[in-house]
Amino acid sequence: MLHHHAKLERKSVIMLLFIIVTVLIGGIVEIIPLFRMETVIEPVKGVRPYTPLELAGYNIYIREGCYNCHSQQIRPLRDEVARYGHYSLAAESMYDHPFQWGSKRTGPELARVGGRYSDDWHVAHLKDPRAVVPESIMPTYAFLLNNQAELNDIGEHMKVLRTVGVPYTDDQIANAYQDGMAQAHTEDLDENVAGLLERHGDKINARVFDGNPEMVTEMDALIAYLQVLGTMVEFPAAEPVTPDTAPVDQE
Amino acid sequence: MTTTTADVAPRYNDDVVRLFTVAAVFWGVVGFAAGLFIALQLAFPALNFEPYLNFGRLRPVHTSAVIFAFGGNALLGTSYYIVQRTCRTRLWSDGLALFTFWGYNFFIVIAALGYVLGVTQGKEYAEPEWYADLWLTVVWVAYLLVFMGTLIKRKEPHIYVANWFYLAFIITIAVLHIGNNVVIPVSFTDVKSYSAAAGVQSAMIQWWYGHNAVGFFLTAGFLGMMYYFVPKQADRPVYSYRLSILHFWSLIFLYIWAGPHHLHYTALPDWAQTLGMTFSIILWMPSWGGMINGMMTLSGAWDKLRTDPVLRFMIIAVAFYGMSTFEGPMMSIKAVNSLSHYTDWTVGHVHSGALGWVGFITFGALYYLVPKLWGRERLYSTKLVNLHLWVATIGIVLYICAMWVSGIMQGLMWKSYDSMGFLEYSFVETVKEMHVFYVIRAGGGFLYLVGALIMVYNFIKTIKGDVRRSEYPEMNLTQKGTEALA
Repeated sequence: MLHHHAKLERKSVIMLLFIIVTVLIGGIVEIIPLFRMETVIEPVKGVRPYTPLELAGYNIYIREGCYNCHSQQIRPLRDEVARYGHYSLAAESMYDHPFQWGSKRTGPELARVGGRYSDDWHVAHLKDPRAVVPESIMPTYAFLLNNQAELNDIGEHMKVLRTVGVPYTDDQIANAYQDGMAQAHTEDLDENVAGLLERHGDKINARVFDGNPEMVTEMDALIAYLQVLGTMVEFPAAEPVTPDTAPVDQE
Repeated sequence: MTTTTADVAPRYNDDVVRLFTVAAVFWGVVGFAAGLFIALQLAFPALNFEPYLNFGRLRPVHTSAVIFAFGGNALLGTSYYIVQRTCRTRLWSDGLALFTFWGYNFFIVIAALGYVLGVTQGKEYAEPEWYADLWLTVVWVAYLLVFMGTLIKRKEPHIYVANWFYLAFIITIAVLHIGNNVVIPVSFTDVKSYSAAAGVQSAMIQWWYGHNAVGFFLTAGFLGMMYYFVPKQADRPVYSYRLSILHFWSLIFLYIWAGPHHLHYTALPDWAQTLGMTFSIILWMPSWGGMINGMMTLSGAWDKLRTDPVLRFMIIAVAFYGMSTFEGPMMSIKAVNSLSHYTDWTVGHVHSGALGWVGFITFGALYYLVPKLWGRERLYSTKLVNLHLWVATIGIVLYICAMWVSGIMQGLMWKSYDSMGFLEYSFVETVKEMHVFYVIRAGGGFLYLVGALIMVYNFIKTIKGDVRRSEYPEMNLTQKGTEALA
């Protein structure tokens, strides 16, 4: 072996090729099947692409680096399911380009934060986390209240997402701006809200999220995104606990 | 700068190595300071200044500054230094080499500016957006050309082992960088892009990239450094040629598989998780093979550790390498990972590798290089090297111990039940308990930064040509440099 290697050490280009082949194998075996096997993402009823406003919120979540401290992936472990809800399914992040599973919980898991807190709580919390949770170490995000949500070109964003596999329809893309505005700006726009629900599904949260009906802000967008997290799939309600089904206390 | 010492022969291009050396030192200080600042933000959240200086935007500034700016400049610089000497030939192209310096550092600047302004792909250690990624691709191809070109025109029949590692580092980083950055920009005038892969596939690709950024950027590249500078500083040949071969090929083959251990118990299919775990555990062996090869190079020269703090830096680095490459496989075991994942234990693990291994082997290499590159007989002060060593070591110990305790404690608190079978602690109760450890960790980071500043002072004095009189009374005059300046 040493003899053969001594030959290899004299040929830089051959060595380069050997290295390339050696490092490609593992990646090919682990990655390619994920695109080919149907069982990787089991289809689940209810998962839909984000509405234009939710997509704007997803982009703010990335921009602010929320993933540095918050995960979106509940593991099938007893304490996590008890604390955060049903473990995460592959289908629930199938339209996230890229995934936001995170790797660190400096703050709590957010995969099922949707519907857990009121909009008002989110506004107060994002404005000044310590006003509602005194021990929190989260930065403040009050500036979101003053920034207009970027909806002007959100249709362009949806077009790009469609090219990578998110099933947005022509109708959804053509009306992206109106739908985005309507979702957080409901007052004299009932007609537009009807259009939004018709195009994106009737389970959409359409309301003024940030308490300010005058403007559709980044706060609206981020809260619209947070409020839909983990709520698309309906899990069967838990069976009531009876003496027969109660878990055995191991301690 | 003109140099007069004989061992900086004009047949080598050391101008570009000097530039990389200065940049590595500069970015090191910036990156450590950024780390200290964000560590303080976690202890004292009032230090967040929205929107530009919030933790979420600054953390990538820290990680990119230390990994890509400090580590990257050190790797490019040392690779150019080593490849010329071990091939006994000048760099293939001076112009292209200079381009890699300015191009690479321009990449660092535009990437970091982007994070502060909120431009990010949202993937850890791969945050730069598409335009910065494209630019880096151009720079990296130039780097590969310079390195390969130099190897091809070498005057030594054999390619030295350090160069195998540098070559694997360069080519694999290229593969990973391209593979993980397949994105479509919203338009050519828009900084925003969307990744081609989504959800579970994008997670797998990201951690295939992420773990091998560790494996090839922070490990293979720095092993190249080890294989050159440890034998040089110890004045001994590498312990085992046979072990080098085994170490090299098994390390680069196995590392690539380990990525899925970042995704245990997630929606990633079980078979992929199991593969990731299995290969991570196997990886322990080649890693320790490398550690033994570096460590045992001191056979017959162990006494040098008593007198040479530069060698001490290198050997402590190799020891930290051994420690973190044991801890890593252990944490990749699913049962351990169910506790450690999402906690500070991971952060501590990364830093024992980053501060202990990557940082210390780089400091060792820099202390070796600076006098040589600037034509000085010796460093300004050996005692200051020793002071740097101990200040930084105490900093690391504080850092990793704080993170072990906080990580394991938080993991256990999350999993704790009361006698009724309910969760005992709310999430925020566990956050509150972290405070004291975050303060200790910031203290550790502060010491590490102080150590680096001591090094900067030592380098400035060395480059000026001073020697510390109290340490070298026999050298009555200052070093040759002052003659050159005069």
